[in-house]
Amino acid sequence: MAFEGLTERLQSAFSKLRRKGKITDSDVRDMMREVRLALLEADVNFTVVKDFVNTVRKRALGSEVLDSLTPTQQVLKIVNEELTNVMGDEAVPLNKAPHIPTIIMMVGLQGAGKTTTAGKLALKLKNEEHARPLMIAGDIYRPAAVDQLVTLGKQIDVPVFEMGTDHDPVDIVKEGLNQAAIQKNDYVIIDTAGRLQIDEKLMNELVRIKELAHPNEILLVVDAMTGQNATEVAKGFNDQLDITGVVLTKLDGDTRGGAALSIRAVTGKPIKFTGQGEKLDQLDVFYPDRMANRILGMGDMLTLIEKA
Amino acid sequence: AKSRSSFGARLNRFLARFRSVDDAFFDDLEETLIEADVGFETAMQITDQLRDEVKLRNVKKKDEVAKAIVAKMVDLYGEAGEGEDNALHFSTDKTPTVFLFVGVNGAGKTTTIGKLAHRFQEQGKQVILAAGDTFRAGATEQLVEWGKRVHVPVVTGPKESDPAAVVYDAVHHAKEQQADIVLVDTAGRLQNKVNLMNELAKIKRVITRELPEAPQEVLLVLDATTGQNALNQAKEFAKTTKVTGIVLTKLDGSAKGGIVLAIRNELHLPVKLVGLGEKMNDLADFDPNKFVYGLFKDLIVQ
Ligand SMILES: Nc1nc2c(ncn2[C@@H]2O[C@H](COP(=O)(O)OP(=O)(O)OP(=O)(O)O)[C@@H](O)[C@H]2O)c(=O)[nH]1
Ligand SMILES: Nc1nc2c(ncn2[C@@H]2O[C@H](COP(=O)(O)OP(=O)(O)OP(=O)(O)O)[C@@H](O)[C@H]2O)c(=O)[nH]1
Ligand SMILES: [Mg+2]
Ligand SMILES: [Mg+2]
Repeated sequence: MAFEGLTERLQSAFSKLRRKGKITDSDVRDMMREVRLALLEADVNFTVVKDFVNTVRKRALGSEVLDSLTPTQQVLKIVNEELTNVMGDEAVPLNKAPHIPTIIMMVGLQGAGKTTTAGKLALKLKNEEHARPLMIAGDIYRPAAVDQLVTLGKQIDVPVFEMGTDHDPVDIVKEGLNQAAIQKNDYVIIDTAGRLQIDEKLMNELVRIKELAHPNEILLVVDAMTGQNATEVAKGFNDQLDITGVVLTKLDGDTRGGAALSIRAVTGKPIKFTGQGEKLDQLDVFYPDRMANRILGMGDMLTLIEKA
Repeated sequence: AKSRSSFGARLNRFLARFRSVDDAFFDDLEETLIEADVGFETAMQITDQLRDEVKLRNVKKKDEVAKAIVAKMVDLYGEAGEGEDNALHFSTDKTPTVFLFVGVNGAGKTTTIGKLAHRFQEQGKQVILAAGDTFRAGATEQLVEWGKRVHVPVVTGPKESDPAAVVYDAVHHAKEQQADIVLVDTAGRLQNKVNLMNELAKIKRVITRELPEAPQEVLLVLDATTGQNALNQAKEFAKTTKVTGIVLTKLDGSAKGGIVLAIRNELHLPVKLVGLGEKMNDLADFDPNKFVYGLFKDLIVQ
């Protein structure tokens, strides 16, 4: 790991304190600096870090840390509690429609993993609920985007509705939904082209698809390696589409994934799934506590807190 | 030289909008750099260097402070920067040139190859594309589609076949045809996947076995939206394939790609090309002045 985790950071800050004995306000300031750095190195957005550290500092200045014999552990405990607060404590399941089909729409920046995740979700629903999903190929822009979805559909034996690349995606979705109604598919997963949240024309296309399809889920797919810009991206998509959830992809890499915290903080929307590889069975539900540990690089945090 | 002075002029204007170049100014500067994904360490380094420069020159008047900072920034990140070579290199004899493209999933490798093929094709060069991603669904079709768009032939292999074999075919074919340049696409891979990284090393060896001077460029494609993990990417890909330069994609978005500064500081890898959209013309040579200006853009527009 290239970065030091928060545990090591706080411990080395604390070893300096230990020699002095009593904890002071300035010691707390030093520890907050470590918290801030750990979060920034994990790619949590600067503004989100500021707010977060403020909250932690306020609590730390209360008696629980100042009077404690184990200030490092106390600070870790507060950080963990506050982080869990932001992340939510439990995995949030997929929204379901009262009548079939449940409609799920995948949106996000270019290359985030929408098409792959569409395939993964279809497979998951098939395996876990014996569902009969239909996928709609709504990306007419990226070369061979339709081929990609069709190939994935074949791999998992899930039908794909496509009309090539010469029709308006809104019309494609409309026809696809008709077909789903006829074939009584219980889920419809709409793949859309990657786009920048600042691209008005293409964002408007998503709004039109939303108005037509009334999806039960609009999942924003985000690359876990995303940096400071995660807040802008999440805000952009959420403001224009009122997303219902987030999928964090490529978590099989060695990124800390601070984007998870940034996105939660600015949208308040739950992260529902995580991508753990390129294969179609590599989709997990999201565990907020694991994510919190990962962001801070604190594998051993829980044991430390128990000692506190 | 023209773009350099215009960068200075822009930064001057930017500085003129500040009440004074005091501590608050340097705090804002640092914050701006962090939010551009420059990384905390690098942001602090740059800010400290600028602060020192202002002290060193013992300048007090606002416009002189501004000048000192502009000069230092241009020094640090201007075109001359550390004698870095951000040009693309080609074969010096009659043998074909080979560019190998590497990077994590979805960074923009295939698209960049399409755009670069277009550029070379327009220059009258004979270009061949090698569909070295035999793994991802639709990857070969995607490159073939680009080949059609820009009128360049694509060498492909069967699905799930050994990518090194496809690359061998393409290079071999290029030698026979006396083509000018081969652009080799590879599957996206995360840098912590040992097997996949070894596969990449093998692909590179196959190229060199056929053409001892090749590949002339190993280009690491980086998504500008990426945060600190890009540094790990650069380190690991450089280790396995001796990366010669970076292509920074998706700069048309709202991310600044500041992490390349940290990569440059640590690994001295120059950015050679930038991606500015999804169309065939949305590729440009890297312009450090424009890039540095982009880092501060948000502070200027008010
Ligand atoms: N390692 C890893 N790779 C992933 C994961 N999810 C997607 N990918 C890969 O990321 C790349 C981009 O995935 P796509 O599904 O094509 O992304 P997209 O958002 O549909 O891309 P556009 O349609 O071009 O916007 C592909 O190489 C995928 O195999 C994941 O969880 N882990
Ligand atoms: N806005 C924008 N999109 C880009 C740029 N470069 C590539 N893209 C888009 O990013 C997505 C992924 O690009 P690809 O070229 O497929 O990326 P890749 O690295 O080959 O992906 P894998 O082969 O799956 O690893 C596509 O939707 C591209 O159109 C760019 O400079 N700007
Ligand atoms: Mg897609
Ligand atoms: Mg590709």
